[in-house]
Order: sequence, then structure tokens, then C-alpha cells
Amino acid sequence: MEFGSLILQMLVFPGLLFTAVVGLVTSWVDRKVTARVQMRVGPPFLQPFYDVLKLMIKETCIPAGTSRWLFLSAPLFGIAAVALASLLIWRAFIPLGQTFSGDIIVILYLLTIPAMAVILGSFASQNPLASLGGSREMKLMLAYELPFVLAILVPVIHTHSIRLFDMLAAAPAVAKPSGVIALVVAMVCMQAKLTLVPFDAPEAETELTGGAYVEYSGPLLGVFKLTRAMMLFTMPIFLVAVFCGGIAFGQGWLPILLGVLKYLGLVVAVVLIRNTAPRVRIDQAVKFFWGPMTLAAFAAIIAAFLGW
Amino acid sequence: MSKTTIIPIGPYHPLQEEPEFFKLHVEGEKVVGLDIELGYNHRGIEKLSELKTFEQTVFLVERICGICSTSHPLACVQAVEDAGGVEVPERALYIRSVIGELERLHSHMLWLGLAGHFLGFNTVWMWAWRYREPILELFELITGNRNHYGMMKPGGVRRDISVEDIPAIQKTLDGLKGPICLFRDAVTDDPLIRARLEGVGTLTKQQAIDYCAVGPTARASGVAKDVRKDHPHLAYGRVDFKIITGKNGDVFDKAIVRILETLESIKIIEQCLEVLKTLPGPVDSNPKEIMAGEGIGTYEAPRGEVIHYICSDGGNRPLRHKIRAPSFMNVPTNQTTVIGQSVADATIILAAVDPCYCCTERMAALDAGSGRRILSSAELIRLSQAKTAKLKKEMGVEGPRLKI
Repeated sequence: MEFGSLILQMLVFPGLLFTAVVGLVTSWVDRKVTARVQMRVGPPFLQPFYDVLKLMIKETCIPAGTSRWLFLSAPLFGIAAVALASLLIWRAFIPLGQTFSGDIIVILYLLTIPAMAVILGSFASQNPLASLGGSREMKLMLAYELPFVLAILVPVIHTHSIRLFDMLAAAPAVAKPSGVIALVVAMVCMQAKLTLVPFDAPEAETELTGGAYVEYSGPLLGVFKLTRAMMLFTMPIFLVAVFCGGIAFGQGWLPILLGVLKYLGLVVAVVLIRNTAPRVRIDQAVKFFWGPMTLAAFAAIIAAFLGW
Repeated sequence: MSKTTIIPIGPYHPLQEEPEFFKLHVEGEKVVGLDIELGYNHRGIEKLSELKTFEQTVFLVERICGICSTSHPLACVQAVEDAGGVEVPERALYIRSVIGELERLHSHMLWLGLAGHFLGFNTVWMWAWRYREPILELFELITGNRNHYGMMKPGGVRRDISVEDIPAIQKTLDGLKGPICLFRDAVTDDPLIRARLEGVGTLTKQQAIDYCAVGPTARASGVAKDVRKDHPHLAYGRVDFKIITGKNGDVFDKAIVRILETLESIKIIEQCLEVLKTLPGPVDSNPKEIMAGEGIGTYEAPRGEVIHYICSDGGNRPLRHKIRAPSFMNVPTNQTTVIGQSVADATIILAAVDPCYCCTERMAALDAGSGRRILSSAELIRLSQAKTAKLKKEMGVEGPRLKI
């Protein structure tokens, strides 16, 4: 019984299916807001679902000379990791089961796996454009992980805990100045983690024609697109949980609405950043994350130690 | 990391939806070499032109390029008029200038949008093209067509700009000034745009002169070269405007030069409209025959100087029609500007000359098996000389009129 309900949680709620559906809805929000910013009409509500469904029924081409096993399995690593990360975060929100001490570290690890999957898939496909995209993704990952983890340390210092549930129970991190700085750093890192403009050098349509994804087609490409949509849901919800007190369930509708608004606020911030900036070069991105962002994260940590 | 790999940009690539092939030789992310390959879409326009009458030729050259679709006809009709000694009414000259400058406006806006797209800044793309839309509607009002205007003919223009339409044109132009200033300020103020464009793909003044670069590509490098000023034709001798030049010749300067040029274009159009309000007269001298002779027509197209040469034997068709489009001079500058830059910058550098491949297209004959070029340039010169000798024999002409 216990095992059966765990499988259900993983596959349906709040795991794979739930994350996928909400992720696609979020990607519709992204596309609609983008369209309005660019003075366009934008897609209908179900368009992201149609897009993924269409890819699912198309043919998969496996290019000659690829490492077949790696090429086929790379997208699955990514989607499994993001579904699991979403599950862990939501188990802290809704008391379905208990969270465990150190879950935040597990989530941080899981959230790096989609990028790893892109790197593996691109190198497996043996395409020069994909390899260039993969190497850029690797550089970008090395760049943003350091400030991102440092920023996540700030609420850890505030609450003296590495359990996500404790952060939800305590006062939100953004109540203190150090938390605000850390949130800003984490948001910029989130932009890079989602590989959105200005940090979309790994795919860069006009340079690399999609970069890492160039050889992928059909269901595998669909899984990659779905993973991206799920990340677009999971990353902001993670930041809301860590920095802004999460979404409080079981206290009436108002706190839930407030939580959803916090989440949508972060999503819209992501979309607005991606529509008001050009793509930066990969060396500029690395300099930016290792320079100002890391320094700001350190400043936030020192401020957090001082109790600010 | 000394292994060189080839990053293909083209023949079909989202960077530019035209058949061109840039072979970037890269070491890691650094570009160490560039091969430019054309010849995917050669149409033999010059040969086709010899089979058409002078009036038809104008429609043909209009279809060389969809964006500078009035620069080619303008240069062509001027060449015909030069060859055949045709007079053009003054009102037609002003109308030609208005159409030419409107074309520069929409072409530069189009480039600005594309440049934003290449940088991943899709908002600039959508906005620039949205503000370009009223210009196309204006074209529809004036000429009846949004893109291929069909306005030019030897001896004048096909349609008059009626005085009742002038306030509407003026209103559209006024509506454009705000957005253009917005783009100018956005490009100069945005630190991220500056970080991406400044010092990237620099073409020095000497290099611009050596490569015979034309148009905004040359002007951004500080070469104040503009047919409208150098050989005042049409109404350009009678209106007040500035040549915009840059200093550094990087992509940033090329963008700024283009944006500022659109403001100058608006200035020129406004002055022309002011004259058109009162200037009477026909717009077409309706020439019945073109005398024998040779003529050259030039016009400052949005991408630079376009040259048409027409040789007429007094019949109703050109004997020889030679076209030199501006991109033919500008695209080779990529071979210096792109070397040593990163792949990320290469795309915007290649796009910064505002290349037009259908203008630049030349024939290439390849052996399908080996991919080797069958007709090298030496081969082509030999073929050309053989043909000239054959023609001379047929026509009974002694030799070249010019002593070499």
C-alpha cells in the first residue's frame, strides 16, 4: 500500500503528470506574455499541449555514428530528474508524506541533471553544432552553479536547517536584506538554468540552429521540450519555497492564491528578462556569474551570518 | 585544441533564409577562417535582360531583390536615359527620390529587426517590423504595391503622387520618428547590446577602402562615400541632408549609422514632399526611342552603391546589361572582420553588412561527383573572350573602342 501510493505520487501527483501539465500551462504563460510584449497575439491556451503531442507521434531519427544508448536515454534522465525534484518540493508543501533532512541538497543535485542530460545528448549526437552547444551548456553550468548554491545557502543560514519544510515553517528569507540579495542572484541563475535569453547561448537558434537539440526529433525532442516546460515550473516554485515561504495549503484559499501569485510573479520576471535583453556571449556569461554574481552571493552570506 | 572543425552557416540556415554558404573554420569557439560560397540560386538576370525591351527590363531588375526593389530599377532607368539621351521631367525626379528614400527607411528597419533576431533579442525584431508596417502601407497608397512598386520607367515614373495624399504620407512619417528615436536610444543606452556589438567585427577605414566597401558598411568605417552626395542626381542636389559616418567600423557603428540614416531619409522625403505640393508638370516624358550608346546609372541603395551599365544599339533591347549590386562588394569584407572572433559574434558580423544574396549571386559550375569547381575564374575569362571574339566577327566590329 505504502509502495503503491509512492508510485502514484511519482507518476501522477505531484510527480510526472502534474508537473508536466502545470509546466505546459506555465510555458503557455511564457509564450503569451512574450507575445504581448512583442505586440503579437500569442498562441491559444492548449497550443503547448498540441506541440508536445504532435512531437510524440512523429518519427524518431537516429543519426548514423551516434552512441545509440546514450542518445536515446539522455532525454529520459532529464525528465525523470525534474519530476523527482518537483515531487520532493511538493511533499514539503502538502503533508502527503514527511520530508527528510537534507532534501534541499538532493533537490539541488536533481535540478542539475536536466542540463547534464542536454550535454550528454548533444555529445552523443556527434554533430558539430550540437557539440558546440553542449560545450557551451557545460561552461554555462560551471558558471551559474556556484552563485546559485551560494544563494541557496542564505536561507539555510537563516533557519539553521537543510530541510525544505523548516524553511517553509520559518519566516521567509526575503524578509531580511540578505535574503533579497540572494533571491536576486538566484533569479538570475534561474534564467541561465532555464537557458533563456540572455543566457541561451547553448541553443542559440540563429548561431547553432538549436545547438544541443539539433539532431533530436520526434518523441525524444518532445521529452526535451517537456523537460524545459517542467523546469520552467519547478525552478520558480523551488525559489518560492526557499525564499518566499512557499504556498501554504490547508489554511483556506487566500494563502494558496497568494502563493500562486508569488510563483506567477517569478515566472513573469523570467519572461520579461528574456524579452528585454540580447543573448550574451558564453565568455561574457561566465565572467558575469563568476564575478558580480558570486560576489553578491558572498555578500548575502556574510550579511546572513551577521543576522541582517 | 588546434583541431580545426567546420561550422556550416548555410546553405539553409535560420540565420538568413537565403541560399548562401559560409564555411566557418573554427578552433573551439574561435573563427580562424572563412569560405564564402555562392551560386545556389543563380538566375541569369543579365542574360534575360538582353531578351527584353527597355520597359520590360525595368520590371525584370525590380525582381533581383525584394528589399531594394526600387534601387535596381532606379539605376537601370538612369542607365537607359544616359545611353539614350532621354530627358526626365523635374517632378518625376522628386517622386523617384521619395520612393528611393522610403525604400531605405523600410530596408533599414528590416535590418534592425533582423539584427535583433540574430542577437536573440526577438522583441526588437517584432517591434522594428511592426513599425516598418506603416511604410509598406504607405507604399501601397502611393504605388499600389507593398513591395515591388513598379514605379520606375525610362523617362519618368508610372504614377504621380497626388497632392491629396501628401498629408497622409506626412502623418506616417511623423509617426515613425518616435519609434526610430526609441531604437536609437535603446541601442546606445543598453549595456548588454553595447557589450555584444562594440569592438566586434571591426573593419578599419583602410580595409574598407581596400575592399571597395560601399554604403553603410563603408560609412561606418569612416569613409564618407555616398552616391547621393558624390554625384548629386535626382532631387538630391536640391535637398539638405547629411552623410552619416561612424568612426570604428564595428557592428555597433554599422547599427548606429543605419538608424541615423533613417532619420535623414525622413528629412529628405519631407523636403521633397514640400516641393511636390507646388511643383507642376508631367511625370513622364514618354520616350519613343532610345538612341544608340552606352550609359551608366548609379543609385545609393540601402546597402550601398548599385551600378547598372546599359549598352544600346538603337533598337528596343539592351545589347549588354551589366549589374553590380552593393552586397557583391560588402560580403567579402567578412573575410577580415570575422577572423579571430567567436562563433557567437560571427553571426552578427556576417549579418552586419546587410547582405543580399540574390543581388550577389554569381554562377558556379561544380562537378557533382568530386565537388570540384569546373569553371574557375580564368576559365570564365577565357569563355568571355571567346564570346566577344565571336560577336565581333558576327557584327563586323573591329575591336574595343577603348585602347587598353
